[in-house]
Amino acid sequence: MPVSLPAIPAIVTGSLASQHAFPYLTWLILAPIIGAVLVVALPKDLVRLIRSITYLSSLAVLGITAAVIDQFSTKLAGYQMTSTHEWAPGLGISWSIGVDGISLFLVALTAVLFPLALYGVAPSRNVKAYSTWMLLLETGCLGSFVSLDLMLFFLFFELTLIPVYFLIASWGHEGRNRAAMRFFIYTFVGSAVLLVGAIALAFLHQAQTGVLTFSIPQLEMTRLSGTEGVLLFLAFTFAFAVKAPIWPFHTWSPDAYAEAPASGSIILGGVMAKLGTYGIIRFDLGFFPHATTMLAPIFLTLGVIGIIYGGMVAARQRNLKRLVAYSSLSHMGFIVLGAFALTGASVSGAVLQMVNHGLYTAALFLLVAMIYRRRKTFEVSRLRGLQNLAPVMAGIFTVVMLASIGLPGLNGFIGEFLILSGTFTAHRWWAVVAVTGVVISAVYMLWAYQQVFHGKVTEDERAAAFPEISPRERLVLVPIVVLIVFLGVYPKPVLDRIEPSVNQLVTHVLQIDHATPSAAYHSSVSLKLGK
Amino acid sequence: MLHFAFLIPLFPLVGFAILAPVGKRIGNPAAGWIATAMVFASFIVTIIVLAKVASMPADSRLYVQNWFTWFSSGSLSIGAGIQVDPLSLTMASFITGIGSMIHLYSIGYMEHDEAFPKFFVYLNLFVFSMLMLVLGENLLITFLGWEGVGVCSYFLIAFWFTRDSAASAGKKAMIYNRIGDAGFLLALFLLIERTHSLTFTTIFSRLSSLSKGELIAVSLLLFVGAAGKSAQLPLFPWLADAMEGPTPVSALIHAATMVTAGVYLMCRVSPILHLAPDAGHVIAWIGAATAFIAATTGCAQTDIKKVLAYSTVSQLGYMFLAVGCGAYDAAVFLMLTHAFYKALLFLGSGSVIHAMHEEQDIKKMGALCKVMPLTSLTFFIGWLSIAGVPPFSGFWAKGDVLSNAWVVSPALWAVGALTAILTAYYMGRQYLLVFLGERRWKSEGSEAIHPHDAGWKMSAPLIVLSVLATFGGLLNLPFGSKLAFLDSWLAPVVGASLLHNTDSTAQLWFFGVADGVFALAGVAIAYSLWRNVVDRSVLEPRFLYMAWFIDSAIDRLIARPSTALAAFSATVVEPRVIDAAVNGVAGAFRLSGQRLRRIQTGYVRSYALVIVSALVLIVAYFMVRSGL
Repeated sequence: MPVSLPAIPAIVTGSLASQHAFPYLTWLILAPIIGAVLVVALPKDLVRLIRSITYLSSLAVLGITAAVIDQFSTKLAGYQMTSTHEWAPGLGISWSIGVDGISLFLVALTAVLFPLALYGVAPSRNVKAYSTWMLLLETGCLGSFVSLDLMLFFLFFELTLIPVYFLIASWGHEGRNRAAMRFFIYTFVGSAVLLVGAIALAFLHQAQTGVLTFSIPQLEMTRLSGTEGVLLFLAFTFAFAVKAPIWPFHTWSPDAYAEAPASGSIILGGVMAKLGTYGIIRFDLGFFPHATTMLAPIFLTLGVIGIIYGGMVAARQRNLKRLVAYSSLSHMGFIVLGAFALTGASVSGAVLQMVNHGLYTAALFLLVAMIYRRRKTFEVSRLRGLQNLAPVMAGIFTVVMLASIGLPGLNGFIGEFLILSGTFTAHRWWAVVAVTGVVISAVYMLWAYQQVFHGKVTEDERAAAFPEISPRERLVLVPIVVLIVFLGVYPKPVLDRIEPSVNQLVTHVLQIDHATPSAAYHSSVSLKLGK
Repeated sequence: MLHFAFLIPLFPLVGFAILAPVGKRIGNPAAGWIATAMVFASFIVTIIVLAKVASMPADSRLYVQNWFTWFSSGSLSIGAGIQVDPLSLTMASFITGIGSMIHLYSIGYMEHDEAFPKFFVYLNLFVFSMLMLVLGENLLITFLGWEGVGVCSYFLIAFWFTRDSAASAGKKAMIYNRIGDAGFLLALFLLIERTHSLTFTTIFSRLSSLSKGELIAVSLLLFVGAAGKSAQLPLFPWLADAMEGPTPVSALIHAATMVTAGVYLMCRVSPILHLAPDAGHVIAWIGAATAFIAATTGCAQTDIKKVLAYSTVSQLGYMFLAVGCGAYDAAVFLMLTHAFYKALLFLGSGSVIHAMHEEQDIKKMGALCKVMPLTSLTFFIGWLSIAGVPPFSGFWAKGDVLSNAWVVSPALWAVGALTAILTAYYMGRQYLLVFLGERRWKSEGSEAIHPHDAGWKMSAPLIVLSVLATFGGLLNLPFGSKLAFLDSWLAPVVGASLLHNTDSTAQLWFFGVADGVFALAGVAIAYSLWRNVVDRSVLEPRFLYMAWFIDSAIDRLIARPSTALAAFSATVVEPRVIDAAVNGVAGAFRLSGQRLRRIQTGYVRSYALVIVSALVLIVAYFMVRSGL
């Protein structure tokens, strides 16, 4: 019996050399925490210093991320820059972190959006607490993406919950309490199920190998019976489906997105939604390939429903933030579709689209916040003709809107294209139905644009000044627009890094799925060992 | 020489890149001149490249330039690059040629507009996208251009966005286009699945891996895309609304270039269509039906631009009729001559609208020939040309389409012939109402207007285009292969012409005479009916005025039910089904365990405490361990 084989997976050993290099990822996680600790230590009224420290730590993360991307090798499919330390060996938990092509750009997305959110839409009230929560949230997001230990992942995943709760409840809009509560209960229930699933999986793995571990690469080799696989799959997927959100587990999200302060919406829609789809790709595909393949049609269907239903409901929204929230449901449907279509193209597209969606959703929330700052409303009916008053803002809104509609040359297109073309080969009719999303997204976005930016302005409206976008706002939006254009014109460097990891994962899923249960185990091992 | 081909799309892109950020500072008219110069420069390069390609042997007239890999995934690799061949050069030369004239015209037409520089930003971006569309070396670059022109069309239709009708028309155009795009995308997916490529040359070499049904599917799906872009049944209602845009836009985008993109696409993928003759029949019949329906609609319009809009739809129908019959060269021939005379007619109508102080109702015009002689004369040439009166260009091009249609099916030919009579008629009605008859506008009093021909910037393009509209037929005379320049020029791309295998001199003369008779008959009918009469409500029934109620039908059958479904989802399903179910589950839990109530009191805070302290412990532990 090859019981001892999985003890040192090749993926980890393959990059042992980097263990002695600078521990980028550890510092990546620590930087915001250090910032948060400093902020906590400072008196409340040193607002400027608190802000500077907050910016600096989030910029430090950005700098470290740049170094990580620079160090990242396009040739390796497995985890890179890993560092593993024992933590609670008795419980099989270790501090094990690393990045691969699937997580790399999600880390980058987090690193980019946090400084922009912090700088772009900071509330003036209670800055100390706000900064602390935001920095903790950044740590939670980064930690989730780089964890190679399931329990560590869970801790970071949970860590995101608390800051967001307080961000919504303390700095949100009118309906903030209810929204925060709904967000909390929903995701908390999801997490509880996930925790049970994680522990059950570790025990099953222990029963087979005699080793209690939460190491993700090792757990991927657990043999699961059909029923076990399905039950565990459902436990994990429930948590991620709530987070993403996947239709019909989404009803918390429009409330939370709409009532959260702008920074909360940006992080919820831009980064945290990706925790859900990241979880699906990393854990569902990695741990439960058989169940994933078997249940894929159900989730493909939910994805397609999300695309169409989200778009249709978005078209009926009269509140801009809710409109963006439902558009997000629709766009996340594409990512779900790509993940469960289980082809190299569709999963790569899904990973790329997570980044793309994060960028343009963040930009949309930023723009909506800028409109709110000027007019104190999200209601479409109370806005019109803004292009007369602020043409530059209208121009930026147009670019972001076109990116979200999926215009070729801007970032939204290639992700959607790869998802749909990959899905088309494997699950043709789902792709055929999903393509209608291309039309629906144009309908609601163009409608919103027309209502808000087109049309005449009355004298009263002209008098109620609507200042053009400020230099500070420009500084926040321009980097996103640059990334939107860059990723639309030249996504190759990103795809080149995503693809090897995705291909390895998809091969893993297909091999296990096509093999008999016992052969599956061996093929999985040989795959991990690089044959 | 050939490697300079990248300059063709680059010039307008540079124009866009200059004018977008600093166009406002450059101002009026310098911004317009820069934009015009960029398109003209691109025209010059196109002509140089075209001359070079023409000097090469016929079977080696293909030059592909790869700039970089756009993206790749698995075995699929999509390059960003262009392909220079007779078809793409033909397209590029008339896009940049007519494009520069319309740019020049716009400097005059838009001179009083506040947003003058922005207009040229969009116009340059449009020309760039259109050039990428026709020059692209693979279907995805074509799609990039395809979407680019769609967006520019949206910007330019909604250019006067303070008018609700303009804003809505822009949106409508984009949504109709997206419907077509859905078809286009599905065709791409099928091609990727079967050929693992989107590069034209590669796809065409791997067509044997598609089954017959798949070939038909790809052809028809691409045609759905083409129908959206080129306003074919049933996706045409947006084009009439698109007339909300400034008239030079209607001339450039909604007559000469963008709307012909669908025809270009069909010609480009002719090797696929060639293997799917059943799809060809569908395309031919939809084209013929569109040509006829739009022509009848044109007979009842009163807005000078809407007559031209429906006439464009009708002419595009002819082009698809040709495509469906396998006569790609005839389609391109008609596309070229149509670009000449329809751009001429639109620019002429722009001069009229300008002179009439934004009046567009032809019933309120009349007798303009005396005060606007140049516009009147050039419009007259446009009329005779589109009517197909010999020897104007339309006669040769339409004749080419009709005789090809005869080869495939006399029924198609009959529809086309009937449409030809209608074309001469409705254009005649328009000409007579605008330029002849009674003066129906005030030349005295407080609302007096004094129409006159415009300055040279607007007149020069009219003159050049009327020369082209008159002599455009020389491009492709049907007297043997030596004079059929266009046929032999395009043959390496779209294959040899169908007709030349079968026609005889007798047949040629028969069709020539028939076409001439149709044209003159239409002209004569128009003259006898509309010379002195303004209202003939019998000839302008509401059914035709409303374009056979197709727009209303789409609204009733598709738009409204979808809106209702969306409303139902948002107001019933979302709160009362999904959320109610969630609340129900939550309620059940709440009943079974009162403890959960604590969540609402202090539970969140204590949970937060647990998590935060756990994390602090982890961090502390590692700090200790790693000896920090």
